[in-house]
Amino acid sequence: MKFNVNTDIALTHLLTRKKQTVIASMGVTVGIGIFIFMISLVVGFNKDSDESIFKSVPHLRIYQEDEICQPLIPKEETSLLPIIINPKISNLSNTLINPDKIISDLKSQKDVVNVTRQISVNIFYNNGKSQINGIASGVDIIEANNMFDIKSTMLAGDIKDLQSNPNGIILGVGIADKLNIRVNDYISIISSIGVGKVLKVVGIFKTSNSSIDDTKSYINLAVAQQLLKQSSSYVTDIYVNITNPDNAPAYSEKFSALTGYKAEDWQSANESTMAKKQTRKVMFGSISFAILLVAAFGIYNIINMTINEKMNDIAILKATGFSGKDVMNIFIKETLIIGITGTIFGLLVATVLIHFLSKVYIGGDVGYFPIDFEKNVYISGAIIGMFITLAAGFIPARNAAKVDPIEIFKR
Amino acid sequence: MNKDKQIILKAENLVKYYYEPVKFQALKSISFKVYEGEFLSVVGKSGCGKTTMMYILSTMDTDYEGELFISGEKVTGKKSDYLADIRNKHIGFVFQFHYLLPEFTCLKNVMIPALKLNKYSYEEVEQRAYEKLELLGIKEQAHKQASKISGGQQQRVAIARALINDPKIIMCDEPTGNLDSKNTNIVIDIFRKLATDYGQTIIAVTHDKDFSDKSTRTMEMKDGEILSHGW
Ligand SMILES: Nc1ncnc2c1ncn2[C@@H]1O[C@H](COP(=O)(O)OP(=O)(O)O)[C@@H](O)[C@H]1O
Ligand SMILES: [Mg+2]
Repeated sequence: MKFNVNTDIALTHLLTRKKQTVIASMGVTVGIGIFIFMISLVVGFNKDSDESIFKSVPHLRIYQEDEICQPLIPKEETSLLPIIINPKISNLSNTLINPDKIISDLKSQKDVVNVTRQISVNIFYNNGKSQINGIASGVDIIEANNMFDIKSTMLAGDIKDLQSNPNGIILGVGIADKLNIRVNDYISIISSIGVGKVLKVVGIFKTSNSSIDDTKSYINLAVAQQLLKQSSSYVTDIYVNITNPDNAPAYSEKFSALTGYKAEDWQSANESTMAKKQTRKVMFGSISFAILLVAAFGIYNIINMTINEKMNDIAILKATGFSGKDVMNIFIKETLIIGITGTIFGLLVATVLIHFLSKVYIGGDVGYFPIDFEKNVYISGAIIGMFITLAAGFIPARNAAKVDPIEIFKR
Repeated sequence: MNKDKQIILKAENLVKYYYEPVKFQALKSISFKVYEGEFLSVVGKSGCGKTTMMYILSTMDTDYEGELFISGEKVTGKKSDYLADIRNKHIGFVFQFHYLLPEFTCLKNVMIPALKLNKYSYEEVEQRAYEKLELLGIKEQAHKQASKISGGQQQRVAIARALINDPKIIMCDEPTGNLDSKNTNIVIDIFRKLATDYGQTIIAVTHDKDFSDKSTRTMEMKDGEILSHGW
């Protein structure tokens, strides 16, 4: 053993008190293991929830925001009574002007992956006497599929049939069940402005979200335009997907400026889901942090105990020429060794836990338990583990550095 | 004697108070000089302040009045890390009671101050530690854990450790207190040899008449004062 003398002393201390060393590192192991496991759980959950959101929601949605009519003289400039009483929405139509140019502009932007247009129509689905209200999305089904992977949700039929059949419709499974409709049946729909149409059911889809399955259908753009009595240039929404959905808010303003319309990011469109995500993060984060604190306390105690038992050693070392810094160095090294071994085993424990949980089948919309190995979680877990151990060891080590050998010898 | 030699240690008006349990003056203005190559013994009744003085001379106790010079350098008022360095390089100390690091081998105990000094390679340090242990007749104990040998053996390992860095000054507080007469004589012979052959200086507190008789000078203390310098 030819270590630096401080390391040598630190190692000897740890090896002659194996039990305490093992207990202290086990504290770190449990702390880090649970921490990484919990955070992976949250990340897995959130990823799963994002994925299900992105089955129907784009990263950014560009649309014409309703405007309330304003008085010609701004209110602040006059002390008179407001000129407009009971103001109304002033825009005549919510169509996007020159959508082709907007789409090509967006497509030329960096980080834009997918762009597609869409028209949402409020409709009633009828079959005989039963009636369900819902929303038909007028889409270019191939582009929409690129964005939402509709194909993977199809129970029956094929998305291509919508493209080849101008008067086709793909129904959510909830609607089909309630109206007792199968593929190749006909369904009568009527829009909120009273235009009716009979469409052929070319497919049925099922997402993991039953409220979508109960209301949504896909139709061709032209049909949507007819249902709203609009021309073939009418488009209400342009959907945009970018490379990293987490960055969507940053693009919101950029795309608004580019297109002249409101570009809403998915985070603001799904505030309640975001709030749930945040809650999960805070909840699991604080639980695992508490566990880490307990582990840190364990280390603090054991290093403190070691130092109290080693007062004589410290005094002798100082008498033979070790400085306060050396003594501190010795005990910091002991903490580091405990921290490193504890953290390594913690990473292993987390890996085992995650591995087993990811094999647990939940069924339903979830399938296998949504947990996965996340490199970043491991890295931050290891860093936090080392940081907490060091912090816990630092205080007693600094006290050890201050020990006055004379006081010890005179005892 | 030795008056033509260099002064290695000089104490000027050392005063030491203890405040617990009551204020008590343990050293009353002590001044003396020690020359290079001296083998000085310090005698005096128990409680007269020998240990107190040795702790000040060793630079470990910095809470005193007066001034202390080692090799002409004033060490009074220096920072504790600097003093630690001086102890490591220039002072070997044998304590009255607390001897060794219990969980290390005797060999390692002797090696540690030299590893700290970091002047020789690990192998050289090991070799030198063996030589010192052999000098004190306990080479066979080298690989035993320090807590598992007798008190007398521990004391000899502690002396070997004090010698490892070839310090200018070796300070001992009753270094032969636990030794039989045979081993006491061995230690006395070693100290005499170190002083005469290698010019090292030895300052040793002792109760042993044999020991003080064989030193080159005996300083006598009483009630915190120097009774005689032994010139
Ligand atoms: N830490 C201390 N606190 C208070 N009094 C002390 C302390 N150490 C020593 N003394 C007192 O100082 C005097 C000198 O002690 P010491 O230097 O140990 O004497 P010696 O080593 O000559 O036997 C004694 O009266 C002793 O009681
Ligand atoms: Mg004494």
